[in-house]
Amino acid sequence: MYTQAMDTMGKDAGDGKQKAVRSADELRLEERFDARIDAGDFIEAKDWMPEHYRKTLVRQISQHAHSEIVGMLPEGNWISRAPTLKRKAILLAKVQDEGGHGLYLYAAAETLGTSRDQMFDALHTGKAKYSSIFNYPTLSWADMGTIGWLVDGAAIMNQVPICRCSYAPYARAMIRICREESFHQRQGYESLLTMMTHGTEAQKAMVQDAVNRWWWPSIMMFGPPDDQSPNSAQSMRWGIKRFSNDELRQKFIDATVEQAAILGVTLPDPDLKWNEERQSHDFGVIDWSEFWRVIAGDGPCNRERLQARVDAWDDGAWVREAAMAHANKQPMKEAA
Amino acid sequence: MSTEVKQEWPLWEVFVRSKAGLDHKHCGSLHAADPKMAIQMARDVYTRRQEGSSIWVVRSDQIVASDPGDKDMFFDPAEDKVYRHPTFYALPKSVDHM
Repeated sequence: MYTQAMDTMGKDAGDGKQKAVRSADELRLEERFDARIDAGDFIEAKDWMPEHYRKTLVRQISQHAHSEIVGMLPEGNWISRAPTLKRKAILLAKVQDEGGHGLYLYAAAETLGTSRDQMFDALHTGKAKYSSIFNYPTLSWADMGTIGWLVDGAAIMNQVPICRCSYAPYARAMIRICREESFHQRQGYESLLTMMTHGTEAQKAMVQDAVNRWWWPSIMMFGPPDDQSPNSAQSMRWGIKRFSNDELRQKFIDATVEQAAILGVTLPDPDLKWNEERQSHDFGVIDWSEFWRVIAGDGPCNRERLQARVDAWDDGAWVREAAMAHANKQPMKEAA
Repeated sequence: MSTEVKQEWPLWEVFVRSKAGLDHKHCGSLHAADPKMAIQMARDVYTRRQEGSSIWVVRSDQIVASDPGDKDMFFDPAEDKVYRHPTFYALPKSVDHM
């Protein structure tokens, strides 16, 4: 799973601006930093970095982590409703992976000097964003396969380039994530393929319905179009981002069209067709007002998702405290 | 910083030996209340696909690291000691496999 929210910084955060006045010392350090980026060097946690680079990364990595954690909810909804034990075990493993991915990413963000509690607090108070895709409901079993195929497929397209991100702890976490993510997409596609090949008419219709609902939100995951993505240039300059939103979106659509044909489903876009000249698919106009509405908190499940996270955190407080109290007693016992 | 932050479980660095014969390699970090929990969580977070045969955890605040700011000064003394490498020595072809 991936967060596109970094690209919305201009709209949902006001502190993205660089300071205009810098000291000569800072300027020299920044020049050296830029040279390292240009040389393709990796930046490690304790290296000097511009404040804006640090802030951008904390925001992007923590929002990415939040997306993994909130992303467990739509699928968690179906663990107890999976049609077979095999599918249940697969879904459990996938949701557990997402928890793990969230943890890798939180740890990477913490190397930049922000605490886990601060990040949780930002999520729970609504200050931090997570990927808009998780604010849509999962209405049928076919949603599980479709999320794996489309949502994880889009996430992989987004995430593979981040394995070469200039910030090394993030890049290392992403390598680990990408290695595990391919299972997520394949299990989803295979689950849909099973229904499309061996299923009843009703099951096939269920798959088509899920694809109809998830297609547009999936291609929105790549973030706003390049001309409305004000921070992209700086992120590209710093090697945090390697491809533009529109480039990745096009790549995803081109890859998905054939997969849809093999599956036997229609992608719900009448304008989707091959453009010989561009050697790519043309596609219809994306409803960005929906995207901004969901980001701003008015998606179908925003309140429910956030409440589920806040409740989980609050309900777990006694466990965290008890474990800490127990641990604090241990040295005393040894000393005695 | 409020008391909230102090409640956080301490941070641990995780090292995993992927199989017997190899060395433990740093693979990430996690929060845990005590050593036993850290080991159990490290298994769940970092070895879900049998990536390990042994795990070490160490409290992050117990690690002492070299200063990246001193990197050049600290490591440069080895730079001009090329004679520490076997390739520095030109030998006749017949014994060059030495």
